[in-house]
Amino acid sequence: MDTLIVGGGKIVYFLAKAFFSKGYNVTIINRKKEECSRLARQLKATIVFGNATDPQILKDAQTYSMDAVLAVTPNDEDNLVICQLAKLNFGVKRTLALVNDPDNEQVFQHLGVTTAFSTTHIISSLIEQRTGLEEIVGLFSVAEGKVNVTEVILSDDSPVLDKSLMELELPNDALIACILRDDKPIIPRGVTKLNVKDRLLLITMPENHGQVLKFLTGSEV
Amino acid sequence: MASKNNMYVIVIGCGRLGSFLANMLSNEGHSIVVIDIKPIAFNALAPDQFSGFKIEGDATELGILKQAKIDKADVLIGATHDENVNIMAAQIAKNRFDVPRVFVRILDPNKESFCKTIGIECVCPTSMAAEKMITALREKPES
Repeated sequence: MDTLIVGGGKIVYFLAKAFFSKGYNVTIINRKKEECSRLARQLKATIVFGNATDPQILKDAQTYSMDAVLAVTPNDEDNLVICQLAKLNFGVKRTLALVNDPDNEQVFQHLGVTTAFSTTHIISSLIEQRTGLEEIVGLFSVAEGKVNVTEVILSDDSPVLDKSLMELELPNDALIACILRDDKPIIPRGVTKLNVKDRLLLITMPENHGQVLKFLTGSEV
Repeated sequence: MASKNNMYVIVIGCGRLGSFLANMLSNEGHSIVVIDIKPIAFNALAPDQFSGFKIEGDATELGILKQAKIDKADVLIGATHDENVNIMAAQIAKNRFDVPRVFVRILDPNKESFCKTIGIECVCPTSMAAEKMITALREKPES
């Protein structure tokens, strides 16, 4: 996969490294000369020095051959224009933009950016969901936030202890994908019973997330 | 200008172009809101001509555009020195709030075709000046 990343700082450096480890080709556009030379020394990426909102620079970076373009500069307006140029002038199918103003997530997608993500939004929802319950030890979202993966530890006051999954009547659109019991993973079946201190790997949707957690832990989120 | 032709105009950027437009249109009797990220820029508005509103803020922030009542605007003009800010605000105005007329000033002639693709009317002083100069040169060949 050929990817183009526009921006600077640690985020670009680590994104590029993560992409290399997946075997992707990476091109980076950065508008600071010193940073370009540093990136060129540190990474095996193609580095292009210039302003990526200039169509000529995008052409120099061979944007027309990219499978995906990521715009992660600190300026929302630049990220929007980069993604739109990539899509409309160079026919890139997949464009991703970082947005600072969470309201711009929707605006960008409406204006043709494939995926817009707001760190403000991600961090605030992580904090919201994490502080909800002590028993929740890990959570991340997949499919652009449409699916949540959560790890829940069953405490001794959980209302679902000693019940099998069959009798559980878990709310719709939720799944206990895996149980970690004494550090051993169990892929549960209908007859599997839940024990205290079981760590459940739970798949939910944002709409029923709170409801399912309440169901399993007994406490209000 | 008669009051029935009164338009509600949002001008983004209160530099030379923005303040000139705001002063003139306000003097003609239109309702004007000027947005600029630096309050000092509003000093360019002439008290004897400008009677509109000023908003200090970033015009790419949806909250600021809403504060300017963008849903009621007849015209939005992007006149900041950053053409990407102009292009972004213009697209929000056009596509999300159905503002009937939207103009942007851009400086890079390379972006004119892009503005056409996304359906935004643009004015590029660079290419206008170049065309005028070239025409002037052709009109008066050395004698």
